[in-house]
Amino acid sequence: MSEIDFSNKLTPWEIVQIARNPGRPAIADYIQGMCDDFVELHGDRAFGDDRALIGGFATIGGERVMLIGQRKGKSVEENILANFGMANPEGYRKALRLMKLAEKYGIPVVSLVDTPGAYPGLDAEARGQAEAIARNLTEMAGLRTPFVVVITGEGGSGGALGIAVGDVVLMMQYAVYSVISPEGCASILWRDGKKAPEAAEALKITSESLKKLAVIDEIIAEPKGAAHSDPGQAIDAVKKAILKHLKALKKLDTDTLVQKRYDKYAAMGR
Amino acid sequence: MGWFTKPAEITASTPTEAIWAVCPACKAYVPRAEWNNDLRVCPRCDYHDRLTCRQRVAQICDSGSFAEISAAVSVRDPLKFADASGAYADKAQAAVKKTGEGEAILTGTARIDGIPVVIGVMDFRFLGGSLASGTGERILLAAEAALKQRQPLILFSASGGARMHEGIISLMQMAKTCAGISRLQQARIPYISVLTDPTTGGVSASYAMVGDINIAEPKALIGFAGRRVIEQTIKQQLPEDFQTAEYLLEHGFLDHIVHRGAMKTFLAKVLRYASHG
Repeated sequence: MSEIDFSNKLTPWEIVQIARNPGRPAIADYIQGMCDDFVELHGDRAFGDDRALIGGFATIGGERVMLIGQRKGKSVEENILANFGMANPEGYRKALRLMKLAEKYGIPVVSLVDTPGAYPGLDAEARGQAEAIARNLTEMAGLRTPFVVVITGEGGSGGALGIAVGDVVLMMQYAVYSVISPEGCASILWRDGKKAPEAAEALKITSESLKKLAVIDEIIAEPKGAAHSDPGQAIDAVKKAILKHLKALKKLDTDTLVQKRYDKYAAMGR
Repeated sequence: MGWFTKPAEITASTPTEAIWAVCPACKAYVPRAEWNNDLRVCPRCDYHDRLTCRQRVAQICDSGSFAEISAAVSVRDPLKFADASGAYADKAQAAVKKTGEGEAILTGTARIDGIPVVIGVMDFRFLGGSLASGTGERILLAAEAALKQRQPLILFSASGGARMHEGIISLMQMAKTCAGISRLQQARIPYISVLTDPTTGGVSASYAMVGDINIAEPKALIGFAGRRVIEQTIKQQLPEDFQTAEYLLEHGFLDHIVHRGAMKTFLAKVLRYASHG
């Protein structure tokens, strides 16, 4: 990222590059850096165990939570194993299983979002990618336990939203969250994939824009030079923000919590 | 490209079009009078042509029973979006003018074989039936009406997915509409989803796929990712019936494929089981 000059205001396209930087903290770094304990839970009980979307019991600052999130790798091998953070239906179904388990045990859900999108593959379609995401959206809306979302890197469309219908949605300063990739949008609406910088601008995908649109609740500031320049500091900021919001959400009775979540999403675009 | 490929591209302004229709599926020339039957189904190959929302309402709802709700909910432009071909606001206005509808879904109360329902019907002519803030609001209000009146909700989908011009706000409509469906689920209000050609992207990945009963019309295109994107990703040929209603039925995502001529009767039959009380 040497070409990005942090002394100027960054363009949305530059922020896309930062959000995709392979040196950016990934879920393994968050588990290592902010959890006192992590017990991974595998499998969707129907088809398999998706290595692109992982989850399990975690303890963050003494708080017991169910942690879920997409996994991006640090090496080629890990990325191939994790399918570059693009989950298949069984990943979304595993995430739903863990959310329901969290509800049963009365522990909050913490979801870390970092994906280019749900995997667009033949098998994914055959096993119902659309149904898996749709089911999650419907179930998350009514989930009777606190739910904190952090967009840590790429918030890629339905693949991101499939684990991101929370009571509060936090976003790292240089993360992005979009209905379509800037490249995809440019190739459709500009008929030229090279117009991605223009599309990135028009789509309003940065934390600053999304805060103004009230799609996210809070921006988590990153170290100067972005999260990859000082992962420890970035992870600590995420941990503090999660704990602050968990504390507030746990004070609400469950009916109020679910009602407020409904009201939050009902107001989107109004 | 040879001249003989032209027939499929004949436009409505061509005089020939007044007499002949070309079936988009089997490419057969069909006398327009025959094609303009009430159902708009190809008499040669059974292809189910796309309907306008009002045509669909006329086919499904008891005569004179439909009353629109949410007509006042119209297109919004939260991003003040413009691309290479101009401003979204202008495109939306053109869609309103072309279709006479305020958004890509028409919602209202109606009766089906005497059974009171809340119904929503998408219209592919309106910006590809795309899901955006106005669309999502109309769907949520329909779900809320169904909840309040304790009447079944029926949604007919026809959509290319989320509307890019409203960016993240369109994505959020997937969560918003599903929140409405979630409430119906908790209140045990029936929700029937009918997927028509095409139902793809963000609409297939939200309310369209979570009906208590999922029904599709024959040969309808239904899927999450675009065919081209998948081919580029996996670099292999896709089966011919990939992402058709028949493919989805085989893979367990639909309860039934119902011919348009039988749709109303089928819905009424299902509603008699679904409405407890």
